[in-house]
Amino acid sequence: MTALTDLTIAEARQGLRGKQFSAREMALAHIGAMEAARPLNAFIAETPERALEMAAASDRRLAKGEALALDGMPLAVKDLFCTEGVATTAGSRILGGFTPPYESTVTARLWQAGAVMLGKTNMDEFAMGSSNITSAYGKVESPWRRPGDNRALVPGGSSGGSAAAVAARAAIAAIGTDTGGSIRQPASFCGIVGLKPTYGRCSRWGIVAFASSLDQAGPMTRSVRDAAIMLQTMAGHDPGDSTSAPLLVPDFEAALTGDIRGLKIGIPREYRVEGMPAEIDALWERGIAWLKAAGAEPVEIGLKLTKYALATYYIIAPAEASSNLARYDGVRFGLRVPGETLDQMYENTRGEGFGAEVRRRILIGTYVLSAGYYDAYYLKAQKVRALIARDFAEAFARCDAILTPTAPSAAFAIGEKMDDPIAMYLNDVFTVPVNLAGLPGISVPAGLSAESLPLGLHVIGRAFDEETMLRVAGVLETAANFTARPQFPLPSREREGPVAKRREGEGARDA
Amino acid sequence: MSTTTIEGRTGPWEVIIGLEAHCQVIAKAKLFSGAATEFGAEPNTQVSLVDAAFPGMLPVINRCCVEQAVKTGLGLDAEINLVSIFDRKNYFYADSPAGYQISQYTRPIVGKGKITLDLPDGKSREVAITRLHLEQDAAKSLHDQHPSLTYVDLNRAGVALMEIVSEPDMRSAEEAGAYLRKLRSILRYLGTCDGNMEEGSLRCDCNVSVRKPGAPLGTRCEIKNVNSIRFVMQAIEYEARRQIEVIEEGGTIAQETRLFDAGRGVTRPMRSKEQAHDYRYFPDPDLLPLTLDAAWVEQLRRRLPELPDAKKARFVADYKLSPYDAGVLVGEQASADFFEAVAKGRDAKLAANWVMGDLFGALNRLGRGIEQSSVTAAALGELLDLIADGTISGRLAKDVFAAMLETGKSASTLVEERGLRQVTDTGAIESAIDAVLAANGDKVAEYRSGKEKLFGFFVGQVMKATEGKANPGVVNELLRGRLAPPGRGK
Repeated sequence: MTALTDLTIAEARQGLRGKQFSAREMALAHIGAMEAARPLNAFIAETPERALEMAAASDRRLAKGEALALDGMPLAVKDLFCTEGVATTAGSRILGGFTPPYESTVTARLWQAGAVMLGKTNMDEFAMGSSNITSAYGKVESPWRRPGDNRALVPGGSSGGSAAAVAARAAIAAIGTDTGGSIRQPASFCGIVGLKPTYGRCSRWGIVAFASSLDQAGPMTRSVRDAAIMLQTMAGHDPGDSTSAPLLVPDFEAALTGDIRGLKIGIPREYRVEGMPAEIDALWERGIAWLKAAGAEPVEIGLKLTKYALATYYIIAPAEASSNLARYDGVRFGLRVPGETLDQMYENTRGEGFGAEVRRRILIGTYVLSAGYYDAYYLKAQKVRALIARDFAEAFARCDAILTPTAPSAAFAIGEKMDDPIAMYLNDVFTVPVNLAGLPGISVPAGLSAESLPLGLHVIGRAFDEETMLRVAGVLETAANFTARPQFPLPSREREGPVAKRREGEGARDA
Repeated sequence: MSTTTIEGRTGPWEVIIGLEAHCQVIAKAKLFSGAATEFGAEPNTQVSLVDAAFPGMLPVINRCCVEQAVKTGLGLDAEINLVSIFDRKNYFYADSPAGYQISQYTRPIVGKGKITLDLPDGKSREVAITRLHLEQDAAKSLHDQHPSLTYVDLNRAGVALMEIVSEPDMRSAEEAGAYLRKLRSILRYLGTCDGNMEEGSLRCDCNVSVRKPGAPLGTRCEIKNVNSIRFVMQAIEYEARRQIEVIEEGGTIAQETRLFDAGRGVTRPMRSKEQAHDYRYFPDPDLLPLTLDAAWVEQLRRRLPELPDAKKARFVADYKLSPYDAGVLVGEQASADFFEAVAKGRDAKLAANWVMGDLFGALNRLGRGIEQSSVTAAALGELLDLIADGTISGRLAKDVFAAMLETGKSASTLVEERGLRQVTDTGAIESAIDAVLAANGDKVAEYRSGKEKLFGFFVGQVMKATEGKANPGVVNELLRGRLAPPGRGK
């Protein structure tokens, strides 16, 4: 039998309902894997005791034949989701000591559907980053290595802890958030599936805000079907989030028919960005060929404003962040560093509480909203954003889904690209336009780079048409038949963890 | 209109005034959260996670507050914008939990409207309203709870305010006072703001500048957060004279924000740090544009109550009141209702005199509002009926009214209890006259010899003898008959 930690949600669902194993066994196997994966630093907090309690409740339901959609599925939760009674840090020192008295809508829906919480995953501070090196809780390592090269690689970001946990089989699935590519890019780097739903599909209530008009929660899984199953539970209107869409949630799993005959797949010529590695281009060509072989029709489309997307994003996202992060002032929760005056307390608290990248973005955001610069930056960016959305709308008049690479490269080593923020920002060149337009996107592992590292293909769907997007992604997944596994855990690797971890219910397992 | 001016050393100056009123919306919950809004609660007992700006919390618009703003807009005869936008006004302060206030900047919910002022000379004058927008109130810093620390009370944080901005159409402190009184009256009629300045539910920023008549507008100063109509008028008066003095001394006015020191009756500039804000307004990405259904707005328009101006016009037309009297009576809806209840089926002018004279006078002395009047409209009406049917004289009625105020008893009860019923029985009156004439034979002779001024003396004596209960008309008639020279009488 396959190890419990190798199962997909679809497989585990069958096994649990068929009483081949229990939710407790699933939880124990994943708690063990989570502990074994500590060298990756993928988790900020482990919650094994809670996992076992939740698994016990799942087992009771399973025994009565009253299984819920996600009963017994051990999940990792990006530490941007507020979880009641479990410290929530957003990867930042400034939220030190903050334990929410409330549960985010998305996680609440998962627990109500029987899912089991393993822990909170590491992330770039306030979700700002593409490499998971900006966390106050230490960098995350990818479970992947270049063969013959023991240098640690980045897992991507900002949902890098979630991606690493799923790739390392420490969680059957995870949830992340995606503001400019923060689910899809780490999914691509770690060889897993990452889905960003349409803006408004999942509630943002209880998720620490980075850029409100762009943030969206989504699943990170080891199969397209699992992504569909997870999204089914996560999605849905929430009256607590004014931007959540009052729409019925379709049956996403049922959309995976494997039949894409007659679908038109848009191939945006502008995405052949300058300096893109040939292997990325080759992967893209393979993707096109796979879809064509399955009966879809590739059509060339123009997304001519793509070249302005990154610049637009790096005005709008920091602008919103500069305002969203103003509440971390040391007054009501989290870190407080005293000062002689109120202003000094603000300066001390925020100076010590925020890392360099967060400070950089607050400065950029404050600048672009300032009197005299607002029109030239923020207002212009909003106009360009509207045009980018129109570009997509026009493209979707001619196609049913769009295929692009997920990222312009495979994962890089920790330390590479670190001194140039602009080079780092380029990681998101293919994913950012999707957030600006509010569309759904999914990254599917589709091949390996010359260095044997995973590469993802990216399917973009129409707004609120995750079904077609998932169907196309399912076909890509089948055709790509991605079976490569990360090297982690290496039998000989030294096992010291980078930071001492906050443990809830230490010693509770096997009690 | 006659332009009011202030006389300076160099001649007359015109004062230009625009007002921004911050009016707390009457609503059970806050603008973007479900927390309660009751005044005077223990600190930090009416605070939701949204108000305290906890991570991941999101605002959701309170429909009731939107309805109140639209009703107010309709009451100000203003354009209702079917699409409006909420913006964030960013600033760091302890009273600003999120680091920004949600307000409406470029696209407010209500556009241009107007208010008609009732001036003391009975004339009226229109002031244009620029806009009305919805915004969150701030929290309150408590500086007096600890020697070195400031405490923060978040109860008020997030309470809905309507900021109502006027054009710079006012020309005197009196007009500014009349504007605020009228605005408050309209808000109270609509039930959208209680206008209670002591509790801070109506606060005012005053923009003041001066110019020589006919000259271009001068530089204005803004006086922040004045919390009574009297202080608004004092602040404007002081500020105008200050500006005139500065200019006449050869100085120039710096555009600045000032505070009114009510204790000393002066305005002073805020510290420059307090006003050096760049608020970095931008549309709140947590909220969609607020869109209103035109049919819903029409429905609200149809359901508006009769407002002061319409009521005043009706009082003048239906009850033949003077515009001034009508204006006074409609100032408070309760007064207008009281008056109408008294006037119904009675002499309206008499009703108005009693309500505005005796009743308002008494309530003023007692420091009570009309809602707390111990004399109800029905009770006052009964008193007027007793005058009308001759049961008591108008003079006695004053005493009865005083007793009604004191005891809360009805007029008829008091008349019975105290035997105040007017005597119209000619027999009783005649015997009283007989006694008076008999006791004053010398005066009768004088009267008959031509000293007719003595008639009043006889009336007084008869009234005294009957303890004021005799019907004065009957007394007059009988006395004239009896005093007529013998032979010329009957």
